[in-house]
Amino acid sequence: MFAYLIRRLLGAIVMLFIVSIAVFLIFFLLPRIGGATADDLASRYVGKTADAAQIHLMAQKLGFTDPLYVQYGRFLAGIFAGADYSTGPTTVHCPAPCLGYSFITQNPVLPDLLDRFPVTLSLAVGGAIVWLSFGVSAGVVSALRKGSLFDRTAMGIALAGVSLPIFFTGLLALNIFSYNLGWFPAGGSYTNFTDNPALWAYDLILPWVTLAFLNAAAYARLTRAGMLETMGEDFIRTARAKGLPERTVVVRHGLRAALTPITTIFGLDIGILLGSSILTEHTYSLNGLGAYALQAITSNDLPKVLGVTILAATFVIVANLVVDILYVVIDPRVRI
Amino acid sequence: MKRKRVMAAVAVASALAVGLTACGGGGGSSSNNTAGGASGFNAGADKVVNPSDAKGGVIKMANSGDWDSLDPGDTYYAYSWNFVRLYGRSLVTFQSAPGAEGAKLVPDLAESLGKPSDDSKTWTYKLRSGVKFEDGKTVTSKDVKYAVERSLDKTVFPNGPTYFNDYLDLGDYKTPYSDPTPDKLGLKAIETPDDSTIVFHLKTAFSGFDYFAMLPSTIPVEQAKDTGSKYKEHVVSTGPYMFKENNLGKNFTLVRNPQWDQKTDPVRKALPDEYDVSLNVNADDIDNRLLSGDLDVDIAGSGVQAAAQGKILSDQAKKANADDPTVARLWYTSINGDVAPLDNVHCRKAVEYAADKTGYLAAYGGQTGGQVATNMMPPIIPGAESFNTYETPNNAGDPAKAKQELQACGKADGFETNISYRAERPKEKAAAEALQQSLSKAGIKLTIKPFPTGDYYKLYAGKPDYAKSNNLGLMINGWGADWPDGFGFLSQIVDSRVIRASGGNTNLSVKDPAVDALIDKALTTTDTSAREKVWVDVDKKVMDDAYTLPGLWSKGLLYRPPHLTNVFVSNGYQMYDYLALGVKK
Repeated sequence: MFAYLIRRLLGAIVMLFIVSIAVFLIFFLLPRIGGATADDLASRYVGKTADAAQIHLMAQKLGFTDPLYVQYGRFLAGIFAGADYSTGPTTVHCPAPCLGYSFITQNPVLPDLLDRFPVTLSLAVGGAIVWLSFGVSAGVVSALRKGSLFDRTAMGIALAGVSLPIFFTGLLALNIFSYNLGWFPAGGSYTNFTDNPALWAYDLILPWVTLAFLNAAAYARLTRAGMLETMGEDFIRTARAKGLPERTVVVRHGLRAALTPITTIFGLDIGILLGSSILTEHTYSLNGLGAYALQAITSNDLPKVLGVTILAATFVIVANLVVDILYVVIDPRVRI
Repeated sequence: MKRKRVMAAVAVASALAVGLTACGGGGGSSSNNTAGGASGFNAGADKVVNPSDAKGGVIKMANSGDWDSLDPGDTYYAYSWNFVRLYGRSLVTFQSAPGAEGAKLVPDLAESLGKPSDDSKTWTYKLRSGVKFEDGKTVTSKDVKYAVERSLDKTVFPNGPTYFNDYLDLGDYKTPYSDPTPDKLGLKAIETPDDSTIVFHLKTAFSGFDYFAMLPSTIPVEQAKDTGSKYKEHVVSTGPYMFKENNLGKNFTLVRNPQWDQKTDPVRKALPDEYDVSLNVNADDIDNRLLSGDLDVDIAGSGVQAAAQGKILSDQAKKANADDPTVARLWYTSINGDVAPLDNVHCRKAVEYAADKTGYLAAYGGQTGGQVATNMMPPIIPGAESFNTYETPNNAGDPAKAKQELQACGKADGFETNISYRAERPKEKAAAEALQQSLSKAGIKLTIKPFPTGDYYKLYAGKPDYAKSNNLGLMINGWGADWPDGFGFLSQIVDSRVIRASGGNTNLSVKDPAVDALIDKALTTTDTSAREKVWVDVDKKVMDDAYTLPGLWSKGLLYRPPHLTNVFVSNGYQMYDYLALGVKK
């Protein structure tokens, strides 16, 4: 078990390293291959009336005039030893692990990411609890009462949930429940959990439900399909033949076996959501990592894009790692 | 069959939900303007709506994007120049008044407008006494000089305009951050003979220097408090409000600055107690909140989104709370004389005659989006004249006249060229398609070429050798004035000397020494009305050259919630004047 963990951890670190090189090359090498000069790259970070000399000075300041391996080396050095950046009259130290320094906001990337992480974490964890509870429960009940009114209604709603995009359901929910009925706060409302947990939850109910509406649908359908398959298996018949209560048969034998694929997808979903819940955050004007990623992309701020991509990749890799470990708990066959 | 019925029920529920959205959003709004003064659609365009001097309350603003920078020395957005006056005082500013009166310059930190030397190359300002920073230090001319000096450093402050870089007689001076003089005030182009006098020395005459003195980069900065690119995190205020909280990229709050003295400030009313500004808010959500009364101002001031536009214009009560002012922005197409056969003026004139401008206008949303432009300068610019050098029936194009010009050009059968636009802008795509259709009637065949918005000026259309070698004969373009006068609108788009081979140009086509000479004449004409006439001459000469095809003068549908007081559009910024606003508590 320990060796398995170490192996997976090392694999995760190598994967992160590869991701960082790939992203770096996409943003810093590909434009060069396309014919862009160092000054062309820098021209995105100067004002609209800057002349050639000003653009070239900016290219030097941002390091675009250095060879690519020097630029990547500087990025790696920042991660392990930190880096210093000039603000004009003073110098700012970006402590290790320094994921770079934004060309636009003139801030180190990592503190900005960490500052925004609680918003995304709150959104993802709360949303996940809602969609997992409703999705899995609805899936189980639908499977057990296949063809019933509940089954058909639940699957109908699930279909609507999967079909309707968040920017539609989100704005609709805000319009009805916030601006017309006044039950929930306006978009952009967020309170830190540590300041006021009740208000934190109240502010996030609409985003959670919206997010859950989309994801619960998929989980309900997956759980239903998994349960239908599992409940027809021989070991379920055996469990029933042994005289076990139906509840034990369903929960301990049926659901546990059906949960394995759900866990895989859940791990990936959570990882992806932590890295980039762009649509939900944009719809509800929440300043989390997703909004940060969107701003980074629209402003062509390469260090921010690089930072947010590496963090998102880290979440996906860690989530996969956790899922792999959970497999061992859920499905004893993995241990063999 | 049963399954089908369930699906149908879900579909009906979804449709009802969509319907609710279309109907909703206006529950909290009302058109009852009981505070007196002007009211109704477009009332705020030239009058004060809900006039009031009542102080107190909080004004809530939201921005669908983010500032380029809150640092006065590093910002180039119109709304930012409007808003920065709440926490900073430049030498000169636009009068806080509705309509055309709002485009007049008045002294702010200075006692009076600038006093020029006879040759307009030296400008002197006297500062008002008693103006203080939020920390209690008295503002001196040295603080203004330092502010301008630091704004010259475009590696630290890349966003702001470069007028001071371009016009001050800088010599070798680069930045105060590498200035060897002990007080860091080594720039000889600006003198401060005493604490209340500042003198600017220009390398070329410039009669409109007061507009430069209006730039936020003349807002004083204490050298001891300057943190360079970090200064935007806490700008030390000289205006009626100061930063209480500033979460970059998220939100900030302004509260009253106890050091601000109304007696020193004839421009500002300072009605609300506080400004709460949210950043990066969903644009449609901003509109919904405005309509429901949850939000007071969309700070970008460029108008509501298409969805809200429909709601407002179809509801008389909501429409009464909206304004649709023309702004100093032109959507147009540059005609590239570097690309044959458009190097022949008759071929360019053929394009002018063939274009259907009603199609151009429709591409930008029709009458709500603007009005057909027949020349360059928008009518709200003081002294601007509307004229039509290439008149066609109902502005819908005249293929017969176009063919005559083609004959004169030696291309009787027409010609082929490319038209570029910014890929992420559907309105520009629609405009290119409209031109493709109308020009084809005269035998001019256009191939449409999209380019990424972010690099459109820097690497493609705005880079002369790229545009020429890729046969970009027509280039969809747009321009908003830095300030509403001939220089602020025209200088960057018709002066051939601003074209840089390295790219990043906004003048994509106008290269005429006669136009340049007229511009020089305007720069040395000190009499305002005479100068305005010269700018009209520039406009006429550009149209005679047929280097540009004007499409439309832009409009933006602004919404003012009924509880907002003292609301009006200032032609200075072509949006609501943020110095005047108040709110009913």
